[in-house]
Amino acid sequence: MRWQFILSEVGIGLRRNWAMTVSVVLVTFVSLVFIGLAMLAQQQVSTMKDYWYDRVQVSIFLCTADSLAPSCAEGEVTPSQRDGILGDLEGPDLAPYIESVQYESKEEAFERFQEQFEDTAVVDNVTVDVMPESYRVRLVDPEEYEVISQRFDGLDGVEEVVDQGALLDRFFQFLNGLTLGSLILAGVMLVAAVLLVGTTIRLSAASRRRETGIMRLVGASNTLLQLPFLLEGIIAVSIGAALATFALWLGVRFGVPWLESNLPLFDYIDTGAVLSVAPWLFLIGLVLAGVSSLVTLSRYLKV
Amino acid sequence: MIRFEKVTKTYGTTSQPALDDITVDVERGEFVFIVGASGSGKSTFLRLVLREEKATSGTVLVAGKDVAAMSSWKVPHLRRQIGAVFQDFSLLPSKNVYENVAFALQVLGRSRSDIAETVPETLELVGLAGKEKRRPHELSGGEQQRVAIARAVVNSPSILLADEPTGNLDPTTSLGIVRLLDRINTTGTTIVMATHDNDIVDKMLKRVVELDDGRVVRDESSGVYGSKR
Repeated sequence: MRWQFILSEVGIGLRRNWAMTVSVVLVTFVSLVFIGLAMLAQQQVSTMKDYWYDRVQVSIFLCTADSLAPSCAEGEVTPSQRDGILGDLEGPDLAPYIESVQYESKEEAFERFQEQFEDTAVVDNVTVDVMPESYRVRLVDPEEYEVISQRFDGLDGVEEVVDQGALLDRFFQFLNGLTLGSLILAGVMLVAAVLLVGTTIRLSAASRRRETGIMRLVGASNTLLQLPFLLEGIIAVSIGAALATFALWLGVRFGVPWLESNLPLFDYIDTGAVLSVAPWLFLIGLVLAGVSSLVTLSRYLKV
Repeated sequence: MIRFEKVTKTYGTTSQPALDDITVDVERGEFVFIVGASGSGKSTFLRLVLREEKATSGTVLVAGKDVAAMSSWKVPHLRRQIGAVFQDFSLLPSKNVYENVAFALQVLGRSRSDIAETVPETLELVGLAGKEKRRPHELSGGEQQRVAIARAVVNSPSILLADEPTGNLDPTTSLGIVRLLDRINTTGTTIVMATHDNDIVDKMLKRVVELDDGRVVRDESSGVYGSKR
């Protein structure tokens, strides 16, 4: 009976105040989308870290006859330079950093190049001769790439040291920037959401002053007075959170396949990630709505 | 039932108190008129009983309990023992007569069958049987006040407070309302009615407490409105 009464009060409040309710829904929707985006970007970062840190290598490219780097002034790398570099890589001072070293010959490099750029015009212009030999070094900790680059960059016979991890870092920086940007926008929107929930409840309380006045008079408890307003806020915010979840799900469902076909270098998050983010969105929304309604109600609607 | 002991109430920073050191005792089952000009402190008296306000000093006891010392979550329990009606009726325009009265019981969580039994009885008591489906704007002022009274007493409170209940009504209708209050009084409900309607006070010959500038200037049983003036 009492629940039925409370719910009918909630219904009246939502209908009478629908424009404000819609604005609360929209503002929470947008702010939670940004929060969700930040969370998904972080999940993408950790997915990529898991995937790539097992695979990234530091490549030490050795000079070819055509290399222009100053360290290649004497032309193609000599067998003694090549052995010297390998000796260093296998030496005791680098041993703690290095997991494995692999030598890639010109022929292997050529084959790989052909595979990678299959069906493109570049393939026809490349010969085995121009391909560089290289050492592929896998590090124990991929972030300690400096150890290799400092040691070998500029050494005679070494054209350049390339860290795949550095490329990846740039991508991580992009994703971290995306996270930060989303969080800042989300923060601004959340402030708006909190204030809006407060204002909405105040308006709703004002438009029902007559009812609440009578309720107080006949001895309604604080809970009964405030619960309908609290529920109004919670319902509006929940709808916003549901919309945000749906929007993120759509984004991942259709956006990620597009990324996969255009940038097939990485592992991507899937819609499961959205489901893992969704409870947090609801929780954040509900906590904010709850706190701001209770603060407002304790100021404007008391027994 | 209601006891004011040296109660002073000052609003905000004003130096003139609304009630100035008054001591009044209302027994269970009494019918008391509180009379006096506007601003004499009648409404403040009633608001203190309902604990809409707290006394600045002194003690207000309702049913033996000091209302100022009561914790705020107990205030609803206090108000459930007190019915209240006002000059402006305070009805919900979107609800019909039956729903307006039932509202008071719904708020208290009474069962549907309980409400279906109590509301018609109460409407019968106030003389509104057959008008359950009417909306407040379809009723006369006197009938609207009867709805308000029905809502105030539907929960069988031990006290009924009425603040200028006849202020918007013509003399004949007013008398009808006060007769109704008198009938409710005979069932054991203590009634405190603030008014400046001298005709009514003179006709009823009940106890009269007269306030002037927040002081009790007269308190006599079977009094009339302005005997001292």
